[in-house]
Amino acid sequence: MSDPVHGSQQHQRLGVRKTYKLYVGGAFPRSESGRSYEVTTPDGHFLANAGLASRKDARDAVTAAHAALPKWSAATAYNRGQVLYRVAEVLEGRRGQFVHTVSASEGIPLDRAESVVDAAIDRWVWYAGWTDKLAQVLGTVNPVAGPYFDFSLPQPSGVVAVVAPQESSLLGLVSVIAPVLVGGGTVVALASERRPLPAVDLAEVLATSDVPGGVVNLLTGRTSEVAPWLASHMDVAGIDLTGAAPGAVADLERAAADNLKRVRRPDPAEDLAAEPGLGRMSAWLETKTVWHPVGT
Amino acid sequence: MTFDYAPAPESTAVVDIAPSYGLFIGGDFVESLDGSVFDTVNPATEEVLSKVTQAGTADVDRAVRAARAAYEGVWSHLPGRERGKYLFRIARILQERAREFAVLESIDNGKPIKESRDVDIPLAAAHFFYHAGWADKLSYAGHGPAPKPLGVVGQVIPWNFPLLMLAWKIAPALACGNTVVLKPAETTPLTALLFADVCRQADLPAGVVNIITGDGDTGRALVEHPGIDKVAFTGSTEVGKAIARAVAGTPKRVTLELGGKAANIVFDDAPIDQAVEGIVNGIFFNQGHVCCAGSRLLVQESVAEEVLVALRRRLLTLRVGDPLDKNTDVGAINSAAQLSRICEISDSGDAEGAVRWSPPFSQPDKGFWFPPTVFTEVAPAHRIAREEVFGPVLAVLTFRTPDEAIEKANNTPYGLSAGVWTEKGSRILWAADRLRAGVVWANTFNRFDPTSPFGGFKESGWGREGGRHGLEGYLR
Repeated sequence: MSDPVHGSQQHQRLGVRKTYKLYVGGAFPRSESGRSYEVTTPDGHFLANAGLASRKDARDAVTAAHAALPKWSAATAYNRGQVLYRVAEVLEGRRGQFVHTVSASEGIPLDRAESVVDAAIDRWVWYAGWTDKLAQVLGTVNPVAGPYFDFSLPQPSGVVAVVAPQESSLLGLVSVIAPVLVGGGTVVALASERRPLPAVDLAEVLATSDVPGGVVNLLTGRTSEVAPWLASHMDVAGIDLTGAAPGAVADLERAAADNLKRVRRPDPAEDLAAEPGLGRMSAWLETKTVWHPVGT
Repeated sequence: MTFDYAPAPESTAVVDIAPSYGLFIGGDFVESLDGSVFDTVNPATEEVLSKVTQAGTADVDRAVRAARAAYEGVWSHLPGRERGKYLFRIARILQERAREFAVLESIDNGKPIKESRDVDIPLAAAHFFYHAGWADKLSYAGHGPAPKPLGVVGQVIPWNFPLLMLAWKIAPALACGNTVVLKPAETTPLTALLFADVCRQADLPAGVVNIITGDGDTGRALVEHPGIDKVAFTGSTEVGKAIARAVAGTPKRVTLELGGKAANIVFDDAPIDQAVEGIVNGIFFNQGHVCCAGSRLLVQESVAEEVLVALRRRLLTLRVGDPLDKNTDVGAINSAAQLSRICEISDSGDAEGAVRWSPPFSQPDKGFWFPPTVFTEVAPAHRIAREEVFGPVLAVLTFRTPDEAIEKANNTPYGLSAGVWTEKGSRILWAADRLRAGVVWANTFNRFDPTSPFGGFKESGWGREGGRHGLEGYLR
């Protein structure tokens, strides 16, 4: 983390600060716009300069997510579960780092940050266990009135753009991207605008887990600038507006109508600390029904 | 030597059409507050059947208020068991009056009596019967332990399956505890208005079901009314997008069943005779006025000629004509407007270089008619291969490899349905897995059942209707 946290105790040594970049297609590019913006603690201390993503960055991220989709959606549920659990493992190994980043970003004491990080790790584990159960829980065999074998299965709807929660920089982010991945979707996530650093740290975890490049793409920057491009992009199948400003939701929904994106509206009553339920996974799933005659 | 069919008309004596109708609001037919009237015609004869009301905004408002009053006063307090019993009653009344409904549907819509009698009406009754049983079992449906209704639902349905679409909309809404305002299509309102009498016979509490007639303006007023909690729409993708825009920024929930451009894929090992029956059923059922119609035939190059020869031979036996004749396979096009749309897009097929073929067809003097039509030499960029025709027009394309078939099938913004014809089980499962469509029919086509979820991927809509999945759109 930055100097005030670590460096001040080490009088002889100047801390090495980190450069925060975007995460697109498994790589860490700077914004193609060359822009960055200052990220501070809630009480105004400088933390870092984060990448200020542009429209082009958003489009590149969608391209990467679209390219990663066929393989990720075709992976076996067992394989996806392994990969998601691996994220939890790597995250656990970096627990200390995240505790400090979350504490500084959200302006909360270390012990509270610890419980937030623990909840975020546990959430990956919870979702990892869902990959090979969704089809059993959401799928059906339909007793049609005729000689047909007729079954319904969940299928990923495609690339999902996510406007991550603004307040909860890590648990909130994990809570909105993991459920997309479970069902085989790929993600372009726009991190919390004022608290983007845990997202970039999470990108490092994803890059060193077994998550294929492009399956998750993380952008930092101005929500109001980037979200409209994601909402109107024709290769995006769904958009999660959880972190969108209340005044912007209607416009984003209207833009999303151009290709009938699946839209998840913000729910102010949502408790991110509670067990999530199926809703965030099923929001990004289609039901496919297959009929076949039965006979000899 | 050929034997002609003798006429076998279904009697219309069972049907009694009123010279004019008001709006069914709050359990009674009432006069319009600010509307006008328009004619509904028999598309096979152009005979005016009745005068129907074009509901205005004040009428829409009154209907929504009636539905709200019924929701708060009666329906939301009723135990699921009792709601279910009303739906069982409705299912039984529809079965008892099946012939009356079937004849009326064919008169108003133009579809063959064979189809309204054997498909539309029995399925409509089945939808009420299926959903009746859910009313007191919703906590077992997998949508949470104590799901609640949404409130008042505004429903707008199309003209291709008037009573069946009414059943698809009203049965799950009522089973889940909602009340409804339903607007049938302007060209086919009569069976919905007759359904009001079913509600009366079932003693359904006043205002639980309200039926308002009118055109797109009435539909828009209903969708945009602030007093409804959910919109359920079946119709074109264009209107679906307008609805999605209209509800943006509101708390209204929406389900949409929109257009399609289904690929019906015939692999080289398919049983050709069965596949040809499936192709015919896929595109010529209901005059092709089917959102999930198999309007693009993708046939493997090595069997294309054989399939086309068999298909043309089969089409020579298809009987086009009087919808009320029990031997009719293809009836009348629903309206003059739809006929001109079919003609326009078919002409684009000629202009873009596709080759048109139809069996010999003698057009009746009156009514709206279009013969079963097959276009070959179709390129994927042609309008007839990309746009929804919603008529008896088949575009034939070929492919060489299974991968190419899937790629061509998925090359559309729609994703409603698809067909696969092959004897090889592993190939069926492989293809079904890759097709981006909400319904995949393997070695069959255009099958429907209330227990079976129906709905589209991509621009074919939001949500599902039917089955356990269909309840989700009516619960919170």
